[in-house]
Amino acid sequence: MDFGTIIEILDSAVRLGTPLLLACLAGLFSERAGIFDIGLEGKMLMAAFFSGAVAAVTGNAWLGLLAGVGGSMSLAFVHGLASITFRGNQLISGVAVNFLASGFTVLIAQSWFHQGGRTPQLSGNGRFDPITLPGAEAVKDVPFLGPIYSNLISGHSILVYVAFAMVPITWWVLFRTRFGLRLRAVGENPESVDTAGISVIRMRYTAVAITGVLAGLGGVYLATGLAAGFVKEMTAGRGYIALAALIFAKWRPVPALGATMLFGLLEAISNRYPNIDLGVITLPIQFMQAVPYILTVIILAGFIGKAIPPRAGGQPYVKER
Amino acid sequence: MEKTPKWVDVALIPLLNLLIAFVISGIVVLLIGEDPIKAIKVMVSGALGSPYGWGYTLYYATNFIFTGLAVAVAYHASQFNIGGEGQATLGGLGVALVLLAFPWPHWTIALIAAMAGGAIFGAAWAAIPAYLQAKRGSHIVITTIMFNFIGAAVLNYMLVNVLRPRGSMDPATARFGPATHLPTFHDFPLVGQFFSKSVPANVSFFVAILACYLVWVLIWRTKLGFEIRAFGRSESAARYAGISPVKIVMAAMLISGGLAGLMAINNVMGEAHRLVLNSVEGAGFIGIAVALMGRNHPFGVFLAALLFGFLYQGGGELALETTIPRELITVIQALVILFTGAFDNMLRAPIESFFVARANARKEA
Repeated sequence: MDFGTIIEILDSAVRLGTPLLLACLAGLFSERAGIFDIGLEGKMLMAAFFSGAVAAVTGNAWLGLLAGVGGSMSLAFVHGLASITFRGNQLISGVAVNFLASGFTVLIAQSWFHQGGRTPQLSGNGRFDPITLPGAEAVKDVPFLGPIYSNLISGHSILVYVAFAMVPITWWVLFRTRFGLRLRAVGENPESVDTAGISVIRMRYTAVAITGVLAGLGGVYLATGLAAGFVKEMTAGRGYIALAALIFAKWRPVPALGATMLFGLLEAISNRYPNIDLGVITLPIQFMQAVPYILTVIILAGFIGKAIPPRAGGQPYVKER
Repeated sequence: MEKTPKWVDVALIPLLNLLIAFVISGIVVLLIGEDPIKAIKVMVSGALGSPYGWGYTLYYATNFIFTGLAVAVAYHASQFNIGGEGQATLGGLGVALVLLAFPWPHWTIALIAAMAGGAIFGAAWAAIPAYLQAKRGSHIVITTIMFNFIGAAVLNYMLVNVLRPRGSMDPATARFGPATHLPTFHDFPLVGQFFSKSVPANVSFFVAILACYLVWVLIWRTKLGFEIRAFGRSESAARYAGISPVKIVMAAMLISGGLAGLMAINNVMGEAHRLVLNSVEGAGFIGIAVALMGRNHPFGVFLAALLFGFLYQGGGELALETTIPRELITVIQALVILFTGAFDNMLRAPIESFFVARANARKEA
């Protein structure tokens, strides 16, 4: 394997890891505030559809972005209503959100575009085009660092850079601001936050809304950056992989970057080399695809460090108690 | 404190929730520019209007009874088994391996062996998440989700690399011997004339009804069932009473996985006569809606499974006869899960306080 191939695989790992990263950070905000969210998949799918649909009609990717985030936010609101206001089961609500998105997107796509549940192919301004960073062309031929800068770092859609920027921002917001402290406290010990005179309900709705925005961006990237348009079920389990990455990262932003890029890399490798010959045994593509899920089960079992979720996660907050 | 009447809990609230789900579905149909009344007519006539429709409705209902019971049994032990899809997938593998292993002389023997194969494989696929939950505290919802994906990968590998007959391009097993084909409703004496030959509903339907009865016996008439319910109500109280949490979680999840795996006798053995990719077709997930609708009671599960069988078959006809895609069922399913599960308190709180207030007023008068 030569250097150029390695760069190509890493480049595709970044592309494939980006939607996972956005969704993973989305889940991070929600779960840190004590709201389990297995509906990331549905939110991404909804965002992918609305961004694809609006970008196709208007020819403007930015309007697509707004619509996509709006679609994701509406599902976030449904989840918030169920798990905060009605104190329902958050897991059941997440399941419902995923099904809602899965059915709704195809239903509307078919009714609007009559193309078997997809949106028209996006082109031109309907997509987020790759951005060439300054000097990328100039340093292209510099050995080693040249290809890294011009192929791996430069040449991604703006959403990739947003996703990477969100990692330090998330860290800063959660661990260095008063808002972040309160948000984490709501996920660990809502009673104390309530006693301090801060509304648990408002904190949790805010967290769920941030989740809606970030998961939405992940879906928008799928339909307008990675692909050129929405296709039925295009998230293909990425919401669940993001959830796996979140557990893998033990609900922390910087490890979330590592976990999602690792899972992106696994996908990139299995796309390029369907079967990996290790000499003794050949790893089939099905195994490579299952690795993120298997790793998550191993992590959850506590064989590699213990993954401890926020303490109040999954429990509705009842003031009188 | 007065309690709300039982009929409110088991009938009124679920029916109202269902009604809301249907009304919203109707609005969605309106939104995409179709006529909801016409849609209902097409669904009813497609699912119930002919012996052919009935046959398919009962066939789908059979799948949903098994997966609904699976979710319900786990739920009684307060375990949310979201892995019915994976367990049913692996159950299919078990059924196929059993049926391909021997030249079975008669369908009755083959059915018993296939049931064992499906149930054991399904239970085995639930065993690992159950063990990790009971012994190491891994969240059962997350592990069963992961096992759905791992199960899909296992099946994909087995069909592509191991079980595919030589020379075939199709990722599927060879066909099972004709002696293993289950009698369909068409083959039955007396009622057979009402069902056409192509109807897939088969004897598995009666196995499913038997399973409902056995689950009822298990949960409400046995010591294990009592322990499962006690554990599901309050883990700490059950522990104090000497009930082993490990034993209950394992038992409930193994039974749950086994029931999901049993589904394969209907779709794999009874209908397809071979194992193909994605043979479960989401029935594992529909089991969640069915169990929620049926209040985790076997009789409720049976009724809810019939309803979803009707929706599934009617939705298929809808896609054929109108421009409404069959994904409408997914939306209805989502709304049923949302309103009967997650939004349950929305109606429950006001309705319960209404009945409590009425009962109190009557007592004072």
